[in-house]
Amino acid sequence: MSDARPQRPGLYYPKMRTTWWLSRPGYVRFMIREATSVFIAIFLIEFLVLVHAVAQGPDAYAAVVGRLASPGWIVFNVVALLFALYHTVTWFLLTGVVQVVRIGDQQVPPALIVAGAFGAWVVVSLFLLYWIVVRS
Amino acid sequence: MSEETITLEVTRYRPGHDTEPRTESFSVPYRKDWVVLDALNHIKDRVDGSLTYRWSCRMGVCGSCGMMVNGVPKLTCSAFLRDYHPGSIRVEPLANFPVIRDLVVDLDDFMEKLRRVKPWLIRETEKPVSEGEYRQTPAQLEAFKQFSMCINCMLCYAACPVYGLAPAFVGPAAIALAHRYNMDSRDEGYRFREPVLNDSVGVWDCTFVGECSVVCPKHVDPAAAIQRSKVAGAKDWAMSMLMPWGGKK
Repeated sequence: MSDARPQRPGLYYPKMRTTWWLSRPGYVRFMIREATSVFIAIFLIEFLVLVHAVAQGPDAYAAVVGRLASPGWIVFNVVALLFALYHTVTWFLLTGVVQVVRIGDQQVPPALIVAGAFGAWVVVSLFLLYWIVVRS
Repeated sequence: MSEETITLEVTRYRPGHDTEPRTESFSVPYRKDWVVLDALNHIKDRVDGSLTYRWSCRMGVCGSCGMMVNGVPKLTCSAFLRDYHPGSIRVEPLANFPVIRDLVVDLDDFMEKLRRVKPWLIRETEKPVSEGEYRQTPAQLEAFKQFSMCINCMLCYAACPVYGLAPAFVGPAAIALAHRYNMDSRDEGYRFREPVLNDSVGVWDCTFVGECSVVCPKHVDPAAAIQRSKVAGAKDWAMSMLMPWGGKK
């Protein structure tokens, strides 16, 4: 992105305040969605550390799990989960706008696209829940 | 009984005199059927003839009278005083644009971008007039009709923080109009518009804030046009990777 714009004399060029994102609820919701990436990135690092510990053996794994059981990490994981849910829900709600599906001459109603995304999410989540929790 | 009034806090800027805009308050008669534009016209006719702003049709069609009303981009011919009364109304020039005078902004930047996306029907070869018109089915019309409703009012640019922070961004209305022609079954100009849309300042600059579609008075939904252009661009890229000798449209 570039803000290089030749400025013509006599005109007043407004500058955006650093607090611009507080001026409209839609901007705030957007910034929260952007901020979710920070929490998800930290969670992914946490996850990679966990996977690395698994490769190192049972003792290393137990040590990492022990550290993650601290109140600070539990709070972080709950917050990261809430941000991930917020991102997922807001993104799925937009799929109807972004993806146009046509069957013959008819456009599939956007609500159906959104419902399909949520439906697939629920199915995958239930499958993972069964696979991880019930089978183990 | 004294007449009920409402206060308008209007941004004033005189080029050559002011280094930055200032605010001037006007007390105008409050009428339930008046819009902000009526109040501005009252000020210009009765109070201060030097107040400068654009307007034309007064019926939400020409797209001239866009301004910030209490911080929100609005067509002032559609913003009723009754929706703000008894509070005061802040009227400012459209955000993100250079100000020429008072409430008039400079739109040259948009005009250049509009030309860049070639918003007209492009044909590889024109068929002779004797062969008749290019006919379309209702479904083919429906594919682009929504995006053809744009009146170039610039409310979407005023609501777009990406354009405010990086004015090189082609922006919502120009991309919506490019998409309008790309979706038109009569058009064959996608390959001419595609480089503009997939340029570094094209659709990929958009972070999908979505406020352009919220403020659009014609329900064009430029955010949808931008995201759909991203999908088309990504498909093109994937095809060119899979079939480097024949995948491009």
